[in-house]
Formats: sequence, C-alpha cells, structure tokens
Amino acid sequence: MKRFLGFVKKEFLHIFRDPRTLILLFGIPAVQILLFGFVVSQDIRNAGVAFLDMSKDEVTQKLTNKIISSGFFRQTEDLLTYNDIDRVLKKGKTRAVIVYDENFGKNLREEGKASMSIIADGSEPNTATLVTNYIMAITTDFNREIAGSTEGSGSLINPEVRMFYNPELKGHFMFVPGVITLILILICALMTSVTITREKEFGTMEVLLVSPLKPIQIILGKVMPYFILSLINVIVILILSWFVFGLPVKGSIILLLAESMLYILMSLSLGILISTASKTMQQAIFISLIGLMLPTILLSGFIFPVENMPAVYRWLCTIIPPRYFIIIIKNIMIKGTGFLYVWKETLVLIVMTMIFIGLSVRNFKIRLE
Amino acid sequence: MNGTVISVRNLVKKFGDFVANDNLSFEVYSGEIFGFLGANGAGKTTALRILSGLSSPTSGEVRVAGYDARKEPEKIKKNIGYMCQKFSLYEDLTVKENIMLYGGIYGMSLPLIKKRTAELMGKLNFSEYVNKLISDLPLGLKQKLAFSVAILHEPKTVFLDEPTGGVDPVTRRQFWEMIYEAASGGITVFVTTHYMDEAEYCDRISIMNEGRIVALDSPANLKKQYNVDTIEEVFIKIARPVMTKT
Repeated sequence: MKRFLGFVKKEFLHIFRDPRTLILLFGIPAVQILLFGFVVSQDIRNAGVAFLDMSKDEVTQKLTNKIISSGFFRQTEDLLTYNDIDRVLKKGKTRAVIVYDENFGKNLREEGKASMSIIADGSEPNTATLVTNYIMAITTDFNREIAGSTEGSGSLINPEVRMFYNPELKGHFMFVPGVITLILILICALMTSVTITREKEFGTMEVLLVSPLKPIQIILGKVMPYFILSLINVIVILILSWFVFGLPVKGSIILLLAESMLYILMSLSLGILISTASKTMQQAIFISLIGLMLPTILLSGFIFPVENMPAVYRWLCTIIPPRYFIIIIKNIMIKGTGFLYVWKETLVLIVMTMIFIGLSVRNFKIRLE
Repeated sequence: MNGTVISVRNLVKKFGDFVANDNLSFEVYSGEIFGFLGANGAGKTTALRILSGLSSPTSGEVRVAGYDARKEPEKIKKNIGYMCQKFSLYEDLTVKENIMLYGGIYGMSLPLIKKRTAELMGKLNFSEYVNKLISDLPLGLKQKLAFSVAILHEPKTVFLDEPTGGVDPVTRRQFWEMIYEAASGGITVFVTTHYMDEAEYCDRISIMNEGRIVALDSPANLKKQYNVDTIEEVFIKIARPVMTKT
C-alpha cells in the first residue's frame, strides 16, 4: 500500500508540474462551458423581423404586437410593398419578414381562415429555422386565443401546451450536459492514454514493470489521480453552470455524481485500452482526439439530435458510450428523474466499461509476453 | 547453489513458431560482472525479461537470487535492480523525488531512504543537485544517478540493459568505475552491451547468436581460443549476421 501511495503521489507531481496538463484539466472545461453556453447558445433573442401588413386591421395589429412583445423579436421596419422584402433582408439586420395578406381580419372572421407568410433569411439556416419555428409557435398560440374568445362556447378544444423541462427553451440547458460528457471522456481517455504511453516512450514503464509493483497497481496508480481530478471537474462545472447560467440539478446530486463516476471509469478504461494499442504519445493523442472527440460531438446527441439522423448513423450512435451518458445526465439534471428512468443506460455503460477493461487486460498481457 | 546467483538450465522461450531463446544454460556467480552480448535480435532482451521476472520461460529452469522465475517472479523482482538504456528517471521530478519514489516502490522505510540518499549525495558530490529537476542534469550525471537508484535497495543482482547507449567515452569510463565499485561491494552485475570494448571489462561474457549462446568464457580465454587480439574480432568471427554498432 505504501508503495502504491508513493506512486500515486508521483503521478500528482507529474500533473501539477506540467502547465499544459493543468490547462487541459481545468482551463479547458471552464472555457468550454462558458463558450458553449454563451456563444453557441441556440436561443434567439431580439432577432430582427419586419412586417408587411397588407390588411392593417385589428387582428394583424394584435398578432404583430404579440410577436414583438414575446421578447424574442424586435421590429426593424414596417414595409409597404413586396419589393421591399428583398431589400430589407439583404441589409442583414432582419432575419425574417412577416406578410399578412389583404383582408386578413375579415377573412378570419368570415371564413375562419386567413393566410400569412413568413419569409426568412435562409443564408443562416439555423437561425432561419429557429425564427420561423418561434413565429409559427406564437401564431398557433394566437390562433387559439382568437378561437377561444370568438366562439366562447367552451366546447372548442383549447389545449394549453407548456414547454416542460426547459420552459424558456434555454440553449445552455442542452449544452451543459453535453459539455460535461465531452470533457470527461476527453480528459480521462486522452490523459490516461498519454500518461501511460509517456512511460512507455521514456522507458520508465519497463523499470516499473521490473519493480515489485504489480501491473494492476501501476495502472491504478496512473488513473487514480485522473479519477479524482475528473470528479472535481464535474463538481466545478456543475457549480459554474449553476452560478453563471442558473441551471440547478433537478434530480439527486448523489445519483448524478455516482453516474459521473461510472462514466469516468468507463473513459479511463477506454484510455487504458488506447494506451495498450499505441506506441507513442502522438499516436495516443491522435486516436483519442479523432476517435473520441469527433464522435462525441457529432453522434452523441450533444449537438445534433440522434432522432433526426439517417438509420446508419443512428445505429452508429448506439455504440458510442457518451450517447448513454448524455441521456442519463439530461434526465437527472433537467428532468429530475430518478435511477428507475436511467437504469438501462447505466447498465450499458457498466457493460462497456467491463468490455474495455477486459480488452485492456488482454492487450496488456500480450504486450508483456 | 554455492555462490551462484543466477542459474539457467535448458531455457527455451518460443513465440508461436519462433524460437527466441534456444536451450540456454549458464550460471552467474556472486560478485561477478557478467557481460551478455549479441547482435540485435539475437535473443538478449527476451532472456533478460525472463531473468528479471517479466516473462515466463516456455520450458527449462531459471533461478535468480534463489527464486524460480516461473513460480516466484514477484520475489525475484524484489531482489534485483534494473536499469535500462533510457535511464528511466522521471525528468519532471527532482533528484530527491526520484530517489524517494524508487525507494518507496522497493518498500524501503523512510529513514532508510533518507540515510541512503545522504550517503549517495556525499559519494557522488551531488548535494547541490538534490532539489534540481532531472531534466536540468547533464547526461553523465543522469546515468550515474540512474545506476545508483537501481542499486539503492541493495539488491543481490543488478541488470543493466545497454546502460551506456549514447554516452561519451569519458562518461562511459566513469560509469564502469561505478560498476566495478558495486561489484566489489558484492553486487552481481548482469550487463548487456553493444560496445565491444566494454565487454573487455567484464569478468566473463556470453555471446548470443540466433537464440543460442555460442561462446561463454572470460574475455582473455575467448581471445586466446579464437586467436585474436580483441573481443570485437571474436564477436565478428562467431556472430556473422549483421552487426551495426561496434
């Protein structure tokens, strides 16, 4: 045990003595949380919209007011003709133009329907989609209001839809779990694979193997510090997201930390596996970055919803461990669900961890022979 | 086992069909400097790994420091020292931290480590470097320190795997003086090397070729037997396959 502790202490010394490792460990997570939270946030705020009101009646006025007062939009211009649309969109300050047809209010009263168009600036597809979705949602809401007040019979179905989990549709709520998922797998897998291959490259691994330390002690000693530091990282990110974005953990924090530990363990064993397969540090870094970072960003549901992917990619997503952790952490953090709702994903992570450990042990033995 | 530290009988090591060590038999005696020579790929490293408890022989009997390499590799590990070509000290740790680390790994008590460290620093005139990082030391000092650390726990046997690779002749000379000193203190030194002049410093040498030991005697006897002036010539006569370094 004393042997082991001395070895762990040495590992901490390595970490604290290397500024690059420290930055990677603690600087990157904080920066990423803030970056993703603020810059890449997907909600729209004060997006410019212009109106072309051909009808100019009470109803269109109401709808326009409703859209502008929603807080998502601000009116840039009031247009007079169709020709203005192109001009105002080209200026770039307006994301979309809303056009009410002639006799909008009258048609709505007499025929029960009226038409309007939303013309969005498609050169920024993401924003355009968001803007049109928001306007459509507001319009639907408005439709319901009118239906309720004119008919007034109460027989009309008037479902009230609220946004659960993320009432204001805040973007950071989606990003915090994603960033935790990404950072943990990167730090754990990258750092362990690099630190182990470093010992191989410098020849110190040979000396350690010849020493009375058992191989299992060497591996545990090497990953232990990263386990502890990663857990600290999770806590720091949670605190940061709470104070900066006001995102609390709805579910049990203990459960969240326990699941994080499992995920850290999975990532560490993946790192060990990578180290058994790579001879140099460059190789380990390359495998970790290309093999882990890209899939985690693209295929885990972090940024792109898995449900919308083609079947082949969806199938690919099922073998990506971060995919399961994102589901777990979103459930616990945002929905506040308990273990019963995430036990399947937890089980998948446990099985994956065991497979990675098994493969590492096998590879390690082959290498020793 | 009188005075015998390493005894190898009919050692065979196979990797699939490839025979890396083909029926090796030799003994190394206490306090001896034993040179283990051979071209690249001759099977030196494989034999060294078996002797140091890292891998297990396919067949044959190997005893090191009184323990069976197949059954008790862990006990062997505790009783040997090991230094490889790359010096194996941690560059980002200080001299003292490296000593503490290896002392701790070999299960030495703290007071003992401190006592040995002080002795060592005095002997090597190293005191000013105690708190310096290894990366700040010149190569020669690193190498001396690596050797001293390898025998810090006073093992009966120390294995040196090409310890002088890439070091200038003067430093090599000084390094060999350290080896002599350790041997005169009763430590058995098992050394592999590429440098034929170093082979002359050994008490006895074995030369391996294609997995077999083809010669084993004192340098003087070997030279006499092959009727040449240097070990290098002996080596070239026996181990014909590609020799890159001399």
